[in-house]
Amino acid sequence: MYRQDDIDAAFLADRTAEFRGQVMRRLAGELTEEQFKPLRLINGLYLQLHAYMLRIAIPYGTLNPTQLRTLARIARDYDRGYGHFTTRTNLQLHWIRLADAPDILDELAQVGLHAIQTSGNVVRNITADPYAGASADEIDDSRVWAEAIRQWSTLHPEFSYLPRKFKIAVTASPADRAATRIYDIGLRLYRDAEGELAFEVGVGGGLGRTPHLGATIRQRLPVRHLMSYLQAILRVYNLHGRRDNLHKARIKILVAQLGIEAFAREVDAEWEASDKAADLPLDELARIRAGFLPQGLTPLPAVSRRLEAAKADSRALARFARRNLAPHKVPGHAIVHISLKAIGATPGDCSAEQMETVASLAERYSQSEVRVAYDQNLILPHVRLDDVPEVFAGLEAAGLATPNIGLVSDIIACPGLDYCALANARAIPIAQEIARRFSDPVEAEAVGELKIKISGCINACGHHHVGHIGILGVDKKGEEFYQLTLGGSGGAPGEGEAAIGQILGPALPFARVAPAVGDLVAAYLAARQDGESFIDTVRRAGLAPFKAAVYADAHPL
Amino acid sequence: MPMLIRFEGGQARAAADPYQALDDADPLPVAGDVVVSLARLLTEGAALAARSGRLGVRLGPAEDVLALKPFAGRLDLIALELPKFRDGRAYSQARLARERLGFTGELRAVGEALVEQALILVRCGFDAVTPADGSAPEAWAAATRRYRHVYQRAADARDPASAERLRAPKVGQGA
Ligand code: SF4
Repeated sequence: MYRQDDIDAAFLADRTAEFRGQVMRRLAGELTEEQFKPLRLINGLYLQLHAYMLRIAIPYGTLNPTQLRTLARIARDYDRGYGHFTTRTNLQLHWIRLADAPDILDELAQVGLHAIQTSGNVVRNITADPYAGASADEIDDSRVWAEAIRQWSTLHPEFSYLPRKFKIAVTASPADRAATRIYDIGLRLYRDAEGELAFEVGVGGGLGRTPHLGATIRQRLPVRHLMSYLQAILRVYNLHGRRDNLHKARIKILVAQLGIEAFAREVDAEWEASDKAADLPLDELARIRAGFLPQGLTPLPAVSRRLEAAKADSRALARFARRNLAPHKVPGHAIVHISLKAIGATPGDCSAEQMETVASLAERYSQSEVRVAYDQNLILPHVRLDDVPEVFAGLEAAGLATPNIGLVSDIIACPGLDYCALANARAIPIAQEIARRFSDPVEAEAVGELKIKISGCINACGHHHVGHIGILGVDKKGEEFYQLTLGGSGGAPGEGEAAIGQILGPALPFARVAPAVGDLVAAYLAARQDGESFIDTVRRAGLAPFKAAVYADAHPL
Repeated sequence: MPMLIRFEGGQARAAADPYQALDDADPLPVAGDVVVSLARLLTEGAALAARSGRLGVRLGPAEDVLALKPFAGRLDLIALELPKFRDGRAYSQARLARERLGFTGELRAVGEALVEQALILVRCGFDAVTPADGSAPEAWAAATRRYRHVYQRAADARDPASAERLRAPKVGQGA
């Protein structure tokens, strides 16, 4: 993975020194909260319901064991011994003291981590394919491009006060595991007819109040022009995006107002007039790429006799292998998913001890690499099939071997009303209720792939719009209600084209949500044909059978 | 009158402001340096250009910098307004003025310009500011020097990290 050099280290040191000065001035009363707010936000520090929250960037979701151990130590020393992984592959610590924040950032900087641009109206943490470097279908390692964009966008002088936050995702494989269509800019790398690498550039995706899927503004962008083209998009947005209304300030609104063709013309005109000095020199790209070169995994027999024998002895291991392993590009290896969705747990929460367990397993069995995935789970990307029994045992001992990846209990949930000042309703307890309802692994496996996503308010941090079942917390006269949507998709393999879910019917009170999910699953099992998945059944049969199941005995709400 | 700070060679100095801001209805003074609105520049450009004093224009954040193209060689000052701390349009306007129009005169930030923005202002091509927070030139100079490295080319002369790495290939093999 990318290794920070002396320049990166000096930059982080300067950054934390600057922030330390600002915190001191705040604590001394020289800065008001109003003046301090934008300064702390751009350093990832939020003021939440109960305390400060620090959002630490995990660039494109890649960590080494040293970094993960540092996160564990910080969680233990400065917080309550755990952290929360988000859908943007950041780690949130929810119980931070302001006076500790500079020390925490210093400790992070020692291992090349930071909280820069995890908040504010700036380019946020770049998302890449969680399988980058490990999957057979990739054309390139998407992290090379994500790292290049990360550097270019870091403290970008022109784009430090955009109309609104700005999120970029990169995929370099035909299977879009980065959900690029729901990003402000979604970059899809491919090899063109001449064998050259090129990007298809999508713009204007986003969830929130007005969900949009991104539309393509350039079918073929030669990769060498990536930065100048990004600059052109951001410049048009910076100059023309709305600033009068917070809810209309994302680039998706500008694209919708101008129309995609007119927007593309503006960007192209700006890009053609620019001198391309923003583009990355090839040497620098090569330097970044060197950090991501394959680790020299040796091909092994595609079937591991050791693993097969162990599976025959242990039904739990066999189930884990069925659910939590994905194929690796090197024969005899697997991508191993670590579920942070144990039944009854808070989705995405991970204790310091668990982080340390994962760090050790990564060191021993996964080329010292860990990934944080969009679904709030972790990944060991390079595990030999022969080693899966040991990895499973290690995970199981730490409560990390729940065999539910992609299943009904593998729920995405934002922090919701338990932490977040913007929330209308709790999200975590809803996830816990649903998971408990499907705690029998045999039943969950029989239901098959089903992605439930929960947001505590319309900001949609839990990506409910693209959940096969989406659950949105709404406020009805001061009471928590939940609106259900059906048929959303992030566009990952197995879930078809990206799509925004449709509203099922009137919102439900807290107590009826988990039973309603039970009703939806029962309706699916009754309607499914030829073993089709939940999402495919919704697409084929429409909402009617599901509406009937949830609202049949509609008592007045 | 708000203080004017000018940046030059990594320093920041308080300076006297020689310009007189003209309202659109004000008569043109015979002599002296004046700043006018874009609208006035567009309608009275010839008369303004024929004067002997220095000529400046003040643009709001929604106004198109590229409309200054016919005057770029004659203008001595472009003042760009920051209506709010969070409004970043002036940064793009400034880069367009410097990089697209090739403007080499004074580029001044007016309005809600705070010392925390010093570095990005300078990097986008501003060389003068009237600070809204009354902060001293020393604070502005210090703020522009906070970072030893930057990651992207902008309107200032600084080399980004990628260029530094090329020059000194040994630097950065560590850690
Ligand atoms: S979706 Fe709403 S409640 Fe949930 S974390 Fe985001 S802002 Fe907070």
